[in-house]
Amino acid sequence: MDATISIAPRGRNLHRFANPGRFLRISGTILPWLAVPGLVLTVIGLTWGLFYSPADWQQGDAVRIMYIHVPAAWLASAGYFALALCSFVSLVWRHPLADLAAVEIGPVGAGFTALCLATGSLWGRPMWGAWWVWDARLTSVLVLFFLYLGHIALVRAFDNPERGYRAGAILALVGAVDLPIIKFSVDWWNTLHQPDTITLTGAPTMYIAMLWPLLFTTLGYTLGFAAITIARLRAAVMERRISALLMARAHEVGG
Amino acid sequence: MTHLPFVAASYALGVLLPSAYAIAAWQRMRRAGRRLASIPRVRRRGRSPQ
Repeated sequence: MDATISIAPRGRNLHRFANPGRFLRISGTILPWLAVPGLVLTVIGLTWGLFYSPADWQQGDAVRIMYIHVPAAWLASAGYFALALCSFVSLVWRHPLADLAAVEIGPVGAGFTALCLATGSLWGRPMWGAWWVWDARLTSVLVLFFLYLGHIALVRAFDNPERGYRAGAILALVGAVDLPIIKFSVDWWNTLHQPDTITLTGAPTMYIAMLWPLLFTTLGYTLGFAAITIARLRAAVMERRISALLMARAHEVGG
Repeated sequence: MTHLPFVAASYALGVLLPSAYAIAAWQRMRRAGRRLASIPRVRRRGRSPQ
């Protein structure tokens, strides 16, 4: 009884945003405020990182790969966290937008995880002398990439989309266990990958002239990720509306 | 610049991949918007002239 009292009001509040018209209106307002600053910050950060930030005394100019690799790695994990969160909301409150959001986050997250793995490989070759090592951090990110691919395949594997959403949501929640493994892999195991240089609790151990462009690209890519996901979600909502309208018209014509 | 091919390849990927996603999402959104606008609205039940 207590559970009903505590969950139901929040569920009702969440379902207010399930109205497609309201979502399209709000997201249409938000989208340019994410896309334009995201693009500007990314361009500034990448230009700064490529031409004006100092080279590392040990790594030389290869350190500039960090301005792409670190935001991509952050978004690979953050994207999956968002996917797991949408899956939780979908399973608990049966929120229709959460289902669609999870479906649309998947391919974008997979793309950024692939970018993280590819740039990591391009960074590893000149620094470690190998394109790939079965290091705990690299392997756990590769597992994350496969989890994204599994989610993308699973939500599209059923004739009934609702069953696909449920199966995908369960996979996303089970796969969320990989996120702390990725985060703490460099502490738990002796890895070739370096430990975190930026943490929430401690001061960054990075030279400030390298930190600023990194913050610009990280924020820029994050806003870009959000803009791409919202644009995809808007398209998905409109496509669902088109299907519903065509169905209604078919019923009307049919009598 | 040291390690130029690796840096150039990383920046090319870092620009092209997100751009491809952004353009694809924008085109999909535009296409869906145009298609939605082209569908005449269905009369609501109970408001039919008959």
